Amino acid sequence: MKNAVGRDIPDELLVKGREVYQGKNYMDGKYIQKAAPKTRRCENPAESKIVESITDALKLCGARDGMTFSFHHHLRNGDFVVNQVMAAAIEEMGLRDITIAATSLGEAHDPVAGYIEEGWVTGIQTSGIRGKIGEVVSAGKLKTPAIVRSHGGRPRAIEGGEVHIDIAFVAAPTSDCVGNCRGIGGKSNCGSLGYAMTDAKYADHVVVVTDCLVDFPNMPASIEAIDVDAVVVVESIGNPKKIASAAARISQNPRDLMMAENVAKVIASTPYFKDGFSFQTGVGGPSLAANLFLERYMDERGIKMGWSIGGICGPMVELLKKGKVGKIIDVQDFDLDAVNSINQTPNHFEMSASQYANPANKGAFVNKLDFVVLAALEIDTGFNVNVLTGSDGVLRGAPGGHPDTAAGSKCCIIVTPLIRGRMATVCENVVTVTTPGDCVDVLVTDYGIAVNPLRPDLIRCLDEAGIPHVTIESLKDKAYSLVGTPDDLQWEDKVVAILEARDGTILDVVRKIKPYDPYQD
Amino acid sequence: MIPRPKPERFRLRRTMMFMNAQKPGLIKDAYIYGVDSIMLDLEDAVAENQKDAARFSLYHALKTIDYGDTEVIVRINGLDTPHWKEDVRVCVAGGADGIRIAKCESAQDVKDVEAAIEMAEEEFGVEKGRTLIMAALESPKGIMNAYEICAASDRMFGVAISGGDLRKCLQTSPQPDGVDMLVARGQMILAARAAGIQCFDTVFTNLDDMEGFEAEVRQNKAMGFDGKSLINPKQIRLVHEIFAPTEKEIIQAEKIVNAVRENAAKGLGVFTVDGKMIDIAFLPGAERTLRLAKACGMYKGDLV
Amino acid sequence: MDIKNVAMAGTLESSDVQVTVEPGDNGIELTLTSSVMNQYGRQIKATILETLERLGVSSARVTVVDKGALECTLKARVECAVFRSCGQSAENIPWGGVIR
Repeated sequence: MKNAVGRDIPDELLVKGREVYQGKNYMDGKYIQKAAPKTRRCENPAESKIVESITDALKLCGARDGMTFSFHHHLRNGDFVVNQVMAAAIEEMGLRDITIAATSLGEAHDPVAGYIEEGWVTGIQTSGIRGKIGEVVSAGKLKTPAIVRSHGGRPRAIEGGEVHIDIAFVAAPTSDCVGNCRGIGGKSNCGSLGYAMTDAKYADHVVVVTDCLVDFPNMPASIEAIDVDAVVVVESIGNPKKIASAAARISQNPRDLMMAENVAKVIASTPYFKDGFSFQTGVGGPSLAANLFLERYMDERGIKMGWSIGGICGPMVELLKKGKVGKIIDVQDFDLDAVNSINQTPNHFEMSASQYANPANKGAFVNKLDFVVLAALEIDTGFNVNVLTGSDGVLRGAPGGHPDTAAGSKCCIIVTPLIRGRMATVCENVVTVTTPGDCVDVLVTDYGIAVNPLRPDLIRCLDEAGIPHVTIESLKDKAYSLVGTPDDLQWEDKVVAILEARDGTILDVVRKIKPYDPYQD
Repeated sequence: MIPRPKPERFRLRRTMMFMNAQKPGLIKDAYIYGVDSIMLDLEDAVAENQKDAARFSLYHALKTIDYGDTEVIVRINGLDTPHWKEDVRVCVAGGADGIRIAKCESAQDVKDVEAAIEMAEEEFGVEKGRTLIMAALESPKGIMNAYEICAASDRMFGVAISGGDLRKCLQTSPQPDGVDMLVARGQMILAARAAGIQCFDTVFTNLDDMEGFEAEVRQNKAMGFDGKSLINPKQIRLVHEIFAPTEKEIIQAEKIVNAVRENAAKGLGVFTVDGKMIDIAFLPGAERTLRLAKACGMYKGDLV
Repeated sequence: MDIKNVAMAGTLESSDVQVTVEPGDNGIELTLTSSVMNQYGRQIKATILETLERLGVSSARVTVVDKGALECTLKARVECAVFRSCGQSAENIPWGGVIR
């Protein structure tokens, strides 16, 4: 059945009330039955919840075949915890048929690809899928289709019982002996623990894995001991060098800077750019550099930013310290400047993924956003964005908060170079729709700016400010004139991943790719 | 294949940006930054054993990439190398707008390149005289012979001073006030103006010192240079800003052009504009200001 | 042109392509890897074979490692490798003739 973005969704997936994507805000006003976890009572006033090993923790939580384990990705590419837990579960305990429900999976988790190929890990639910896991899933090695959700879609699915977590693992930079966790104060600091919060509240069991045990009580706690079954102290939960870069430097790449300046120009041309405006930007080159140019426009107009959310890094913290932004509310930190600031600098707060982006709750921050600046792997002439699959059809990306912020914000700006090597970023049809075109307002590339025709008001703003813009079709034509029109990818029928819209309907599917073989042709 | 229009000998050249002709990722779209001319480099940027490969890349880049209004100049290897003649052939065959002679020291150097260009234009069926020439003066001898170099050919559109080698020969180093090359710059500007061609200043290599760069560009403008050679796109904007005319200059230029045209129709040669004596000699300068203003997006009229 | 010696052109940098030609006696034996194989593999293969044919190369072992090069770069690298293999890459290149 074709959905609202024109993607053909196989009927066999439309079971148990699943629907295809119907457009923005389709679920508004409907009711959701929240799922309650079944948790173990800890009445006995025990001194400590510390157990010897991850295996002991798994046993304590009744780990068995067929269970779903959840993880969060604040330790990013430096994370050791997923691999440590999976090695204990699969190699030591011999568990099988395990589903991993993570907030994101990347190169750090390449060993998991082996468990998928062996058939021991049979389900993947995630908001990001990169590295070898992406390759083996694309190759059809996972027994069930992977389910990919946005950062807001994931807590919605957990709260609504679509994902039932048997054991949630919290990678905690510090914890006390009963499981009060914080993202700071240890040797593998990551700052916010926002993505783990919903997991801890809705999982049947919660295991804290830390490499820095601190005195009770570890306050203010991001994850509270009231939800924790066991605490495991390991040698190391991650590689600090890969968890947070020393400082996210603003790109010096002239292409990035040129695009960033145009992003700031577009923002400054809209009526939303006024004192107290709200803003989120990514950490990619041009997205982050937009901060720099935006600050100039703020100074020029004598206005301040009211608040900023999202993954946070140094340049935004700098603005907070200079008094140019009122509050930062933070679900993840990308560099040490942000890690060292959260809950320390006045007005720098932590929030959960649900509070950040969940479309089914009653107060997500994304819904109050004026501007969001986002990157893209591909964007097509319908303004649909792909941040999940490469233009070769292989899973190598992360919807993350992209669809949530795009849908919630008043002005969503995509910034990306027109081509990357021989890949056309602006194209006829994206491989996978991760963010529907009706949520995307402006595209800024190194070859020009295009505004979504659904937003005549923004077109007027740009015209009045004298900012030149072109049609997205002309940008696509320019891209193809440079790189050549790509051949259509060849797919098999098998669905390897289901891409859920943030409201839980099916936005797209990824099938098994048939690689081009030059020797058979 | 993208046919390029016939190059204009005298056009706006505030910024000329060097790009390594051997790097496919760089040359494919150097024009997006709004530079006036790009300078594809076959000389210093290309290793000795890659000169051949760079020419193949250059040829196809010239033939396939749509550089639009951006001028495409190629810096060829020095006349004391075995490479320069083949460099000239590929430039002419590919349709480059102009050729930059490295380390030019005499009118004869220009004439040698001109002869090679003529042969190549004939060989490849290119309109005779199409390919322009500029010369880089990089030695005291080049500076001393500046006028004969500037006047050596009708194809010459400009000269550029090149600081790297010149400062070594002069036994000096970059100074904040530019005194190190003051005389050389001045001599070259005099020669260029005497011969009626354009002149361009050398590159500023410390990308982190934007203040020093700005000071140098301001001095360039004050000395009368037409433009500056650049090594990085991030330098472009500042040069364009500094070389842009002021609002007042634009209004004045507009008045002069209008007055000259109206009075010419009436047969008047000398007249006043805002109380100042004006004659036909003011016209080229006023038109240049308006063209510059137009390129900077500051003038939208149709006088130029 | 006859491939006389082993010759190489291009690099493994992004947006470039490395082409190696070696003498062979069994037609064109092409080994191709590309970072954009699924979208452009067919076109890349066609361009390589056309370019070799244009240069009159009928027998060679050709190894192409593509890092997302544009068509114009691919042609330039194949041509340069072939001319180098014949020791003719330095001068009197037939620009606009077989090189086009």
